[in-house]
Amino acid sequence: MSRGPSTAVRIGTEPSKIMRGVILTIVGVVFLLPLIAMLEFTFRQGFEGEHTLDHWTTLFSPDSARTYRSLFTGITNSFLLAAVTVGIVLVVLLPTMILVHLQFPKLRRVLEFICIIPITVPAIVLVVGLAPVYAIVVRVFGGSIWTLAFAYGITVLPYAYRSIQSNLDAVDVITLSEAARSLGAGWLNVLWRVLLPNLRRGILAASFISVAVVLGEFTIASLLNRVNLQTAMLQISQSDPFVAVICALLALVLAFILLLVIGRVGQPKSTKQAKRNRSDS
Amino acid sequence: MKGDAESDTRRHPLTGSAPAPRFSRFRGLLKYVGLTPFAVYVVIFLAIPTVLAVVTGFFDAEGGFTLDNISGLFEPVVLNAFLSSFGVSALSAVIGSIVGALVCYALLGTKPDGALRSVISSGSSVLAQFGGVMLAFAFIAFIGSQGLVTVFLANTFGIDIFENGIWLYQVPGLLLPYIYFQVPLMIITFMPALEGLKSQWAEANATLGGTRFTYWTRIAFPVLAPSFFGSLLLLFANAFSSYATAAALISQGSFIVPLQIRGSLISETVLGRENLAGALALGMIVVMVVVMWGYSILQSRTARWQR
Repeated sequence: MSRGPSTAVRIGTEPSKIMRGVILTIVGVVFLLPLIAMLEFTFRQGFEGEHTLDHWTTLFSPDSARTYRSLFTGITNSFLLAAVTVGIVLVVLLPTMILVHLQFPKLRRVLEFICIIPITVPAIVLVVGLAPVYAIVVRVFGGSIWTLAFAYGITVLPYAYRSIQSNLDAVDVITLSEAARSLGAGWLNVLWRVLLPNLRRGILAASFISVAVVLGEFTIASLLNRVNLQTAMLQISQSDPFVAVICALLALVLAFILLLVIGRVGQPKSTKQAKRNRSDS
Repeated sequence: MKGDAESDTRRHPLTGSAPAPRFSRFRGLLKYVGLTPFAVYVVIFLAIPTVLAVVTGFFDAEGGFTLDNISGLFEPVVLNAFLSSFGVSALSAVIGSIVGALVCYALLGTKPDGALRSVISSGSSVLAQFGGVMLAFAFIAFIGSQGLVTVFLANTFGIDIFENGIWLYQVPGLLLPYIYFQVPLMIITFMPALEGLKSQWAEANATLGGTRFTYWTRIAFPVLAPSFFGSLLLLFANAFSSYATAAALISQGSFIVPLQIRGSLISETVLGRENLAGALALGMIVVMVVVMWGYSILQSRTARWQR
């Protein structure tokens, strides 16, 4: 095992330790610099080069809720939207994917195609057509913020689909459900006690990636005049850039942790194995 | 949709054609009913908006058919925006894909589920997908007129990077933030292809007297080429359709197509045309479809080598 990498390095398929170190350090430093600049910015006092903790303490002081009301509205809205979007993924997308996987194998390609469309039709294009659609949505459901989650459900479709699908491919869902059925389980039982526990990782990964995407969404909210975390951040940056940058950093860290957890939870060894198997066939 | 019943039995050669009776109830209409929520949802919030976005360009404010908006696409202002969009997207895609590929190469030989990889892949996902407004902030703090680097260069070396005007809020200013989210996307999309290189190929190359150079030029590069250029196209599409960073950085002016759509949506009339946003959306979709079509062709070529 210990000789493996060195052979690979000698043949030239892998970089040497020094090479790897040089590339990763240079790129790493270049990519960290803007983030460090952001962090440094939050400690600035005016533009004089003095540093202070004031901006952090004011944000977390008791009356900040009043001072930065629009920001807190944005944060609350974004979390509400994230929750409703995850709901849409779990209630609309997930059952459809299981159903198609079990009952409509011929529709799998169609479903995949549909779920990939939002990459080709970007948010900035979609929003042109969403404006008239939302004129009707507001008439039916009222103008509350959560209705925006209908649009976000589409935005997260490619990501959520990929997460759930890789889990569906890794588990032999068909055999499992047939086994359960032949043992006398009803459909609800099969779904609840056999399929969902086996798809737990995919479901979790899909939920987290949806939360991350919704928390970062700006285009649709901004052009439909809704307030979410990102639009509120941009708005508050006009009056208090320090607080806006602090929020951006915190959101960034939150998203990073969410995605780190996906990496740990959402990609079990069996999934990787299955991916390899699938490409083998 | 027809023929599902047959394919269903064909799929289970071992259980034969005697499914449990409970199963057969589901075979009827009910299972088609199960598809309707998703179908309805996708039609309302994906199909209809997409069609509306593309079609509105052909109508005037009163709902009459017109080619006026489409001809607006060929106005110099709009053409320039498309050119700028192409330029920024292409340049950031080329630089992003080369740097990203280098990082992928550097990661070869590290443990796939090790700490280094998982930090880099999560970090890449965040920067690639989450960027937007936050990236604009980062670069204002980094190289804005009071940015860390700007101030440092001015104080230490007396260099004013904005000597010829503050380009950060113009098209050239988009380049750095765009590269900043392109490199991570390249790492995510290109890594699987690079990992697909078989060590046997390198061994065969070495056994047959090949050098490191011949391995990369004769084996690795030809195998990786479709994947590399596919990723390049994906990066191009990504930059071309990106809106948030540009919108946060450039509050006035419509230098690139997404910003022009903003202008047209907000002020209703650009160039005296009511539905120019629709025409711009159509133009963007045409570009996106062509690029993504190329991507899917290259992607299917890639799959051949990932066996």
